[in-house]
Amino acid sequence: MKAPVIGSATSSRPAATTPNRPVRDYGKTWTIGPILIWMSALFLLPLILILGVSFFTRSSFGGIELPLTVENYVRFFDPLYFKILWISCVLAFFTTAICLVLGYPFAYIVARSPINYRNILMLLIIVPFWTNSLIRTYAWIVLLRTEGVINTILMQLGIISQPLPLLYNETAVLIGLVYTMLPFMVLPLYASIEKLDKSLLEASSDLGAKPVHTFWKVTLPLTAPGIMAGSLLVFIPSLGLFFIPDLMGGSKTVLIGNLIKNQFLTARDWPFGSASSIILMGLTLLFITAYILITKDKEGKELL
Amino acid sequence: MRYSLGRKFSVFYASLIYLFLYMPIAILILYSFNQSKLNAVWTGFTFDWYVKLMQNSDVLEAMKTSLIVALISTLAATMIGTLAAVGMYRYHFRGKTALDAMLYLPIVIPEIVMGISMLALFAQLKVPLGYFTLIAAHITFSVPFVVVVVRARLAGFDKSIEEAAMDLGATPWQTFVKVTMPVIAPGILASAMLAFTLSLDDVIISFFVAGPASATLPLKIFSMVKFGVTPEINALSTLMLVVTLAIVIFAERIRMRKE
Repeated sequence: MKAPVIGSATSSRPAATTPNRPVRDYGKTWTIGPILIWMSALFLLPLILILGVSFFTRSSFGGIELPLTVENYVRFFDPLYFKILWISCVLAFFTTAICLVLGYPFAYIVARSPINYRNILMLLIIVPFWTNSLIRTYAWIVLLRTEGVINTILMQLGIISQPLPLLYNETAVLIGLVYTMLPFMVLPLYASIEKLDKSLLEASSDLGAKPVHTFWKVTLPLTAPGIMAGSLLVFIPSLGLFFIPDLMGGSKTVLIGNLIKNQFLTARDWPFGSASSIILMGLTLLFITAYILITKDKEGKELL
Repeated sequence: MRYSLGRKFSVFYASLIYLFLYMPIAILILYSFNQSKLNAVWTGFTFDWYVKLMQNSDVLEAMKTSLIVALISTLAATMIGTLAAVGMYRYHFRGKTALDAMLYLPIVIPEIVMGISMLALFAQLKVPLGYFTLIAAHITFSVPFVVVVVRARLAGFDKSIEEAAMDLGATPWQTFVKVTMPVIAPGILASAMLAFTLSLDDVIISFFVAGPASATLPLKIFSMVKFGVTPEINALSTLMLVVTLAIVIFAERIRMRKE
């Protein structure tokens, strides 16, 4: 398109230079206004509200009452609840680690595959991510339960005589979490591996480095931002996905997401539930800040 | 020699990952056509479970709820989000960084925190849980994604075209409708599709803000699964998978054509 030649090309607000109608640009109000009002009312205000509620005392009817207290936060560090946080973090950590170990070679293979295959291969990873995570969890229940597909097949083949207890334990929860979160790990890994300059790897091997050395000293450090982003995208949601432990752990495995859910819906202890949510959010923000600080040093401001 | 061995291993490994991703879904779909109620022994092919599903008024009600909520929230979120993306692209203003953060936060914090906090707000304001709260919540979690997608589309947009339009006397609104909109239309459509699937699939936030009479389809599935595995759930899940995939493929085709 040919740019119109206009004398006052330096003026960036041309409305003011239009002679006959001095149009005031209300654009800013109309574009930014709605989102500002909406997100303030339904995102920010609720967060401030639970921050407030977390300092109240639970009333005997399940409501909230004065006095203000930090008891709800102190209570979280009671061994009973702190153990839940600890187990959640351990499980989320293992989920992240397994996703990374499974996802890295995979992302590497896809990123190094012929260019016309890459998009379709990545699309095949994204498609399950578009489908409902609850349905994907349910699919594993169909496979793993006592009368499930795996047990039935194994028994028909005569390999086992009693069904194996595959469901309702921590391994099942871990399988469910890894299955749900794997695409979130693969996507950022793929993005960073694909960007990797191949000539650096060639240089490394030309200079006599063994493939293992090249991997540890060149590939891994250069793809670190992808590893960090993927880990973050897997770790944080893993802490809050309450329905996977609910359905696959048989309510035996209580994670922080389940704890929060139960405080609000079953125990009706809103102040403690709010305090737990605030702690979960604080933890999340801590991880994100750490991520930003670590990756900023290396390659500008690249997030996700 | 080493190359070909490595390549074989690559293909093998990638196939394993795809198998891990697709096998459970494939088996789920397969067993939605199995006659046996027990679900694990294959006794014959049937459409019975789909027929039963269509006679289940609770499920039909949940489908209706899901569709209404998804449609309205998608429309609203796409409008609010698109306007914001254009405004943030076009203008500089105080607090832009803060707004950025406010839009980034909902994407990164655990969904459960958003669900709980909106529940707390509705409870404090004595808003009864139902369609209204569901739609409001779905708009809230969709809007940031819409902004991200539309802004990505705008990033490749030449600002001087807009300036040229305004230099030639177009008002900001005319400029938006006649110049900006056509360029970012595929981005808007893609973001609407994203908002729609996010809304259809949401479990966690809906769980907290849905009322007893306004269960969405995923919530219905959740309560059905809790009472046990039945081929009906397989059939319902299969239907939802098909709908989601149809939307994704449709969105992808539009995106490809426009690029």
